[in-house]
Amino acid sequence: MKLGFNIFLGGFLTLLVVFGGLFAHWLAPFDPVLDANLMNAEMPPDTEFWFGTDAQGRDVYSRILYGAQISLTVGIVSQLINTVIGVVLGMTAGYWGGWWDDFVNGLTNVMLAIPSLIFALAVMAVLGPGLVSLLIALGLTNWSWTCRIARSSTLSLKSQGYVQAAQTLGYSDLRIMFTQILPNMMGPILVMATLGMGGAVLSEAALSFLGLGIQPPFPSWGSMLTDAREMIRVAPWAAIFPGVAIFLSVLGFNLLGDGLRDSLDPHMRTRKL
Amino acid sequence: MSAPILEIDDLHVQFPVSGGGFLGAGRKILHAVNGLSLDLHKGECLSLVGESGCGKSTTALAVMGLQEPTSGSIRFRGQPFSGPQAPARMDRAKAAQIVFQDPYASLNPRQTVWGALAAPLRLHGVTAKSEVDDRIEALLKSVGLSSEQGRRFPHEFSGGQRQRIGIARALILGPEIVVLDEPVSALDVSIRAQIINLLLDLQDQFGLSYLMISHDLSVVEHMSDRVAVMFFGQIVESGPWQAIFANPIHPYCRRLIATIPDPEVILGRSRKPTDGAQPEPPAGWRFADDGLNAPDLTKPPVPSELVEVEPGHFVRLARA
Amino acid sequence: MTAPLLDIRNLSLAVPHGRSSFPILREVSFQIMPGEAYGLVGESGSGKSVTSLATMGLLKKPLKVTGGEILFQGRDLLKLGRREMRKLRGDRIAMIFQEPMTALNPLATVGRQIAEMYVLHQGKSWDEAGKLAIEALASVRVPNPDRRATNYPHQMSGGLRQRVMIAMALACNPDLLIADEPTTALDVTVQAEVLKLIRELCAERGTAVLLISHDLGVIAEMCQRVGVMYSGCLVEENETRELFLNPQHTYTKGLLGALPRLGSRLEHGRTRLVDIDSIIPDRSVLTQTRFIAPRPEVTQ
Repeated sequence: MKLGFNIFLGGFLTLLVVFGGLFAHWLAPFDPVLDANLMNAEMPPDTEFWFGTDAQGRDVYSRILYGAQISLTVGIVSQLINTVIGVVLGMTAGYWGGWWDDFVNGLTNVMLAIPSLIFALAVMAVLGPGLVSLLIALGLTNWSWTCRIARSSTLSLKSQGYVQAAQTLGYSDLRIMFTQILPNMMGPILVMATLGMGGAVLSEAALSFLGLGIQPPFPSWGSMLTDAREMIRVAPWAAIFPGVAIFLSVLGFNLLGDGLRDSLDPHMRTRKL
Repeated sequence: MSAPILEIDDLHVQFPVSGGGFLGAGRKILHAVNGLSLDLHKGECLSLVGESGCGKSTTALAVMGLQEPTSGSIRFRGQPFSGPQAPARMDRAKAAQIVFQDPYASLNPRQTVWGALAAPLRLHGVTAKSEVDDRIEALLKSVGLSSEQGRRFPHEFSGGQRQRIGIARALILGPEIVVLDEPVSALDVSIRAQIINLLLDLQDQFGLSYLMISHDLSVVEHMSDRVAVMFFGQIVESGPWQAIFANPIHPYCRRLIATIPDPEVILGRSRKPTDGAQPEPPAGWRFADDGLNAPDLTKPPVPSELVEVEPGHFVRLARA
Repeated sequence: MTAPLLDIRNLSLAVPHGRSSFPILREVSFQIMPGEAYGLVGESGSGKSVTSLATMGLLKKPLKVTGGEILFQGRDLLKLGRREMRKLRGDRIAMIFQEPMTALNPLATVGRQIAEMYVLHQGKSWDEAGKLAIEALASVRVPNPDRRATNYPHQMSGGLRQRVMIAMALACNPDLLIADEPTTALDVTVQAEVLKLIRELCAERGTAVLLISHDLGVIAEMCQRVGVMYSGCLVEENETRELFLNPQHTYTKGLLGALPRLGSRLEHGRTRLVDIDSIIPDRSVLTQTRFIAPRPEVTQ
């Protein structure tokens, strides 16, 4: 069963990241920032430093665990912002139509035309580096697809009998949108959000790699890659392990999104035999 | 006769259709409903009959306030029911409700039957839990469902049961008019009979006025008190059901009746009212349309009027 | 006595479900003689469409034949390989569907789609096939066939599209035409024209028809013999006239009584429609009896 496998592996990887991030304090043998010791710098992986150490002698394994906190926060919060913006704009545009729809469509097209990383860079340049500006930048850049999906779902749901019936029963527009339309498009929206989390983790890594994200000495997987860049020949583990962490968490989010899409498909649910 | 409960007067609904030209050049107007007038009386079933694209469903949507008329008026108990003075959604909810054709698309898949019925009640001020429960239970019983079934979600029901739920939703606020938009045409034959029987029982029980939209003339004959036959945006013939089915006059109406495959007629056990020759229009009149070819809907129709050929029986004719 | 063109014997289909299986068709048997129009009537889920798909060799995945045979001109279609079946399909057995829009290729002109049948099955050149396609369109009474041949499906009305489907289906003069609810998506006046067309063309060419419909009127108009299906069983079969005049099976009686009939209210006043469930509360007993009337020519 492919469906079960996607959800299982995706869920497992995602849980691994969540677990690591939540319990980093107990799981990490060292402090990710303070336990710097140049005596231990660039140690290859061994029984004490499972993933080796970086140029400052900090334990890569501990830093990856704490980095998971950052990645998760970035993934969840930025997707929350994206989803709220996308759903509100897309649903109202699809439901009300008219000039508002034209406006939202135009805005969406403009957003799609600007590479999101470039846009995020611009936002970061204005707000300055740091976690909060990173969240804002990533939260403002990736709502276009969610918006499009919300709009087209609303357009098709709007002509369904139960939405029309709700109008004739006296429901207000907002009530119809939130009780009749939104619950019926949560499936694809949830899938978009899960898939977007992978993208957000990657973007955070890229921005931090460029030095605009999480500032040293705090660990984020992207900034760890930046630090490891200069010594990649002598201490490749400092780059490989954060890279693997990014790869596995993005894979996890994407598999989970795919699995959710399949299992939320109403055709899968109504198939009784 | 008492004043009609619903009056539709000279209703026009037009849609812009994009022309083939550049930047909307050659933009045309589609005349979906063209000067339709109808009266619906308390407790009767009036059927709007016609084929796809004749404007019958658009008319139903206009009555429900789901489609803004281009011109003309709809009045409910003498008060405006369309246009700028139309009542707000909350106020029109108790006047008219609708039952849709497709029982699968007409119920919210994420709401239990109970939830779908309780929400409108609460919205309209029935908040005491015992009263909500009592009303839903009584209504479910009327439409032939148990209150235990009310706890379920739509996908747990068959098509016929879903249509019962759709009917219950239309009746929960106690409306005076129920618009039936092809209420049985998506259902299996044996289920169809059950729903037709149910609709007739409910009409008796609650004194409902039905405006039924249908293409199925045998269902229309069975259920209606009066019938109006539509052909491309206009009523071409209307009258009491007996007049329409015993003495159809307009060529389109006759063709509609004649083309229904009827086992009894095919087996030679019965005759159709259309077996005889096409009746001549009254002196000084001609049929504006032979009902054979679709007129160009982007042009206004040939001037014609509904002429009363016998009491209550109108036929669309043009002056010769 | 002539041999039947299509002889379905004890056909059973099921959907495997764990160790057991869920029956879809239960020992369905009927014959269609050459040139005969045979109707299968039933409600959704009765198995009438699945029967036609099995005959076309178009059964989809979970469905499995669990018994019986489908003899077409003496050959068991269930034993044919994919290639042989493909050669037969469209050539000797053709099919028209309920919704012509989904059965036609939206990206090719209708002329080309009809021509393809001649190229595929008769080895004609595209030039020649194109001319035959226009003739075929004319034969299904499409006005301006040479101009219409250049149309794409979406440029035609539902009635015209169904005519195109008929032209495609009859292109190779098949021996059997399977029509699955051919007019259900059409307006009544268009339905009448399409039914007349199928009836006349098939009579002209001696094509046998298997008509699947839920509409008793359509069946009565088209078919000489009718089988009534219920819950995967053929519960009653008879000459059309006999079936309507003297229905034997409870389900058939219920079905006929459930139908509001045009003119009946004028004659008898409004009578309550028959509710099958109130006659027989337990529908499962309906499949326990069958009435198959013998064919007159067989008894002679």
